[in-house]
Amino acid sequence: MSTADATLVPITQRSWLTPSRMAGLALLGLLALFALSGPLLVSVDPSEQDFAASLAPPGSDYLLGADHYGRSMLARLAYGARLSFGMALLTVATAAVPGILLGLLAAWRGGWLERVLDLVSTVLLALPGLLLVLILLAFAPGTFGPLYLGLALTLWIEFYRVTWVTAGGVLKQPHVEATRLLGFGTSYILRSLVLPEIRPILITLSAFAMSTAIIAISTLSAISVGLRPPTPELGAMIVELLPYYAEAPLHVLMPGILIFLLVLGLQLATRSDAR
Amino acid sequence: MGSLPSAGRNRMKRLVLARLLQAGLVMLVVGILCFVLVRALPGDPAMRIAAGRYGPDANITEAAEQVRRELGLDQPLLVQLGASLGQLARLDLGHSVVTGLPITKELRIQLGATLWLSGSALALSLLLGPPIGLLAGLRRGGWVDNASLGGAIVLRSLPPFVLGLLLILVFAMLLGLFPPAGYGTWRDLALPALTLALGLAAVSSRVARDAVAAVARTPYLAFARLKGLPEAVVVRRHVLRNAAIPVISYLALQAIYLIEGVVVVETLFGIPGIGHALVHAVIARDVPMVQGTALAMGLLFVVIAMAVDLACHWLDPRPKRT
Repeated sequence: MSTADATLVPITQRSWLTPSRMAGLALLGLLALFALSGPLLVSVDPSEQDFAASLAPPGSDYLLGADHYGRSMLARLAYGARLSFGMALLTVATAAVPGILLGLLAAWRGGWLERVLDLVSTVLLALPGLLLVLILLAFAPGTFGPLYLGLALTLWIEFYRVTWVTAGGVLKQPHVEATRLLGFGTSYILRSLVLPEIRPILITLSAFAMSTAIIAISTLSAISVGLRPPTPELGAMIVELLPYYAEAPLHVLMPGILIFLLVLGLQLATRSDAR
Repeated sequence: MGSLPSAGRNRMKRLVLARLLQAGLVMLVVGILCFVLVRALPGDPAMRIAAGRYGPDANITEAAEQVRRELGLDQPLLVQLGASLGQLARLDLGHSVVTGLPITKELRIQLGATLWLSGSALALSLLLGPPIGLLAGLRRGGWVDNASLGGAIVLRSLPPFVLGLLLILVFAMLLGLFPPAGYGTWRDLALPALTLALGLAAVSSRVARDAVAAVARTPYLAFARLKGLPEAVVVRRHVLRNAAIPVISYLALQAIYLIEGVVVVETLFGIPGIGHALVHAVIARDVPMVQGTALAMGLLFVVIAMAVDLACHWLDPRPKRT
């Protein structure tokens, strides 16, 4: 093994906060603020119908207009953003926690655990993730359960593999060996030696997994196997409003722009400029 | 230790074997999930299959009893699972619960549409991505580099269905150049193929750009220029060949995007392919159809990945250090 005797290159001392990361974080902050405070400030039920205001243009009584049932677009977009953020966070947390813990355990203990986990991840990776989610959705179409389970089931593998490889490399280093011989405990080694090495790549991975989850949930809802229309889900909203494109083109585009900004923010926030 | 050609053949055999194993795993995963799915759905599976085969008949109970005996639905679950996986291995996919036609017959019709779409999307992405990456990589920091970087970030932030919708709005509604949906002529295929190709090219252009930039820094390229080779020869003989390897090997990862995108784009544009059938089978809970279409898409993914593996091996026969 060539990694065993090579000392790790120190994390670059360059400023972490590049302009693109700053823009991404600012964008995510604004969207989070919109998702969290929107429902409080607007205080309109996203399913309250007002047929007099059907397809009202932005401006007038409704700040961003109203959809075909006269429901406030602002309220629906805020709830949709909150739903996308919430579901993506839940899914990624469910994938990341077991993925990272199992990765650390496999790197630390090795043996049969490593072989079993390797087999399980190979089996799950044989099929593209979306196909697995679609088969699971056949159990209960239109519900969040199989969507959540399928996404978490495909996303944990990346966390497991990356943690396993990176932590395995760190644990082979001479300074870890020295620390262990000096009598420091497992938790100290994990906390002060392994965690700082794997943290940056895990943050990038989480952002990547979140955008995968946001795209998958909105896409599956748009092809009507994900969440169903009364729910203010961004993908479902686009398809619901599409028949009214001729009268209200902006209404169709708004949820799409919101999905775009969410994913763009996540991408920019973790972009590394390797020039 | 063998001679060099036989070592190359061995590596090729290993590559093919690994992908065949993956194909077996695809069958196993799809087969087991669909087996569980049939048992998890409410109602009596024998009754459902009988109804799918013979229609809602007056003597359906007898027919269901016959089906139960014929398919061994009264046997222990593990025996049934073994039997159903054995059936799958013989590619006996059964009949659709909705149309009553054999799944293999339906798949044969749909496969054409899916192959046309994925093939033209892949070809279009290779026409768009790598050339842009080449221009960007030869002049790092130039306007092509910056513009293609911005374009790639924007395109990767757009889910395929939003991108497809935007293309429909611009090219079909606004300009009236292409039909928004349908299947039959190349004009129908233009927008769905472009949707997938733009998403693929967003990544492949950046991979090509980084590969070209890496080659541009090598001493052998400086030497090729210094010995007086014309720029066109330098690019053709030294840059293109060496930069092609990472671009092609990255296609194996992009196959995932392609397969997932085909499912979405076929549904959006109403192309009668396998992905479209999969989504509708999920909605109708037509389990044999879900199994057949998911299996076909999964195996298509494995076939593309294997073709990429072999192309990489052909381009760069040096054994990999792992």
